[in-house]
Amino acid sequence: MAAELHVELVAADRKVWSGEATLVVARTTSGDIGVMPGHQPLLGVLESGPVTIRTTSEDGGGTVVAAVHGGFISFADNKLSLLAEIAELADEIDAQRAERALERAQSEEDAAAERRADIRLRAVAVR
Amino acid sequence: MGAQLRVYKRRIKSVTATKKITKAMEMIAASRIVKAQRQVSASTPYATELTRAVTAVATGSNTKHPLTTEAENPVRAAVLLITSDRGLAGGYSANAIKAAEQLTDRLRAEGKEVDSYIVGRKGVSYYGFRERKVAESWSGFTDNPTYADAKKVADPLIAAVQKDTAEGGVDELHIVFTEFISMLTQTPVQNRLLPLSLEKAVEESGTKGEILPLFDFEPSAEDVLDALLPRYVESRIYNALLQAAASKHAATRRAMKSATDNAGELIKSLSRLANAARQAEITQEISEIVGGASALADATAGSDK
Repeated sequence: MAAELHVELVAADRKVWSGEATLVVARTTSGDIGVMPGHQPLLGVLESGPVTIRTTSEDGGGTVVAAVHGGFISFADNKLSLLAEIAELADEIDAQRAERALERAQSEEDAAAERRADIRLRAVAVR
Repeated sequence: MGAQLRVYKRRIKSVTATKKITKAMEMIAASRIVKAQRQVSASTPYATELTRAVTAVATGSNTKHPLTTEAENPVRAAVLLITSDRGLAGGYSANAIKAAEQLTDRLRAEGKEVDSYIVGRKGVSYYGFRERKVAESWSGFTDNPTYADAKKVADPLIAAVQKDTAEGGVDELHIVFTEFISMLTQTPVQNRLLPLSLEKAVEESGTKGEILPLFDFEPSAEDVLDALLPRYVESRIYNALLQAAASKHAATRRAMKSATDNAGELIKSLSRLANAARQAEITQEISEIVGGASALADATAGSDK
């Protein structure tokens, strides 16, 4: 069994992140799922939420957290692709801006915007 | 300065100003092509992964889905035509419209009704002028389309495909757009998006010959396909919009380049004419002076002063 898997996190208009990882945790419509190297081929529908990628690198590896808004997870041949219409790395998210967006969405009762802001904040919190 | 010469000078001045404008537009378009091309390539990973996933589900399970099964006798087809908002792009919009017309005629000949969906003001005004029915149209984003725009276009199309044919739904979805092949070549293409033909999808994703593993579907193959196909249509439309934008910029660049060249030619021939006019004027002045002098000499020659 290979010790690591190759991850590609792609949004509709760009490649967000790619690299090697030992574990990827994502939320599918039927619950959280953790994928480790050698997992059986899988194709699932993602819920909006944070995705956690445990990376490997020379300095022992770290964790990459990304907020994905809908999408798919597919795993085959030790290659994992996360497809999302919108995906952002937690590092890219401006927490204060997301908070403001959340407040605004709540006051305007814009459910979709509220959910988006909420996911962003959760991704930041996990980081 | 003679009247003739003044007219030439004025025309040269105005053509020079026009040339400056077309030159600037050419350069702007050239820089936008690069940007548009970059966007096309940035959207490619998502499109290939998505196509792979669709192929995987469709080949790995026996799921039947309205978006992948061919209707036995299709009665209505939707045609999505992508044109531009602005002109000054040579035959760009006209060619796309022509391709759509051909497709429409062919579909009609096959006995199908055609619903037209149009992106871009040029296409809208073409259909509007001929008072043809347009199911839906969008404009305002053709120069720089975003994924949200593609979603906006795709939503009613997907809804129409999923609706029952008897209630005004469509059986097929075609898309006509201008494919960006190179800086010099852009050709209008007609693609059938739905029902999905797997061979083509496999070709596009470049996974031909690759054996796809048996996937475990989460939550189920039907649900995955349900969620995948609309995204697939969106991503195809997004890709088409981006390619059309790149093609439009390339067409603008070419049109503006030839406009600049023509203006240069015009300036050249006008300055030749202006030179000739100036020379003629000088010649005339000299002959007037010489004539006047000899007239004077003739007048004084006879007198004995």
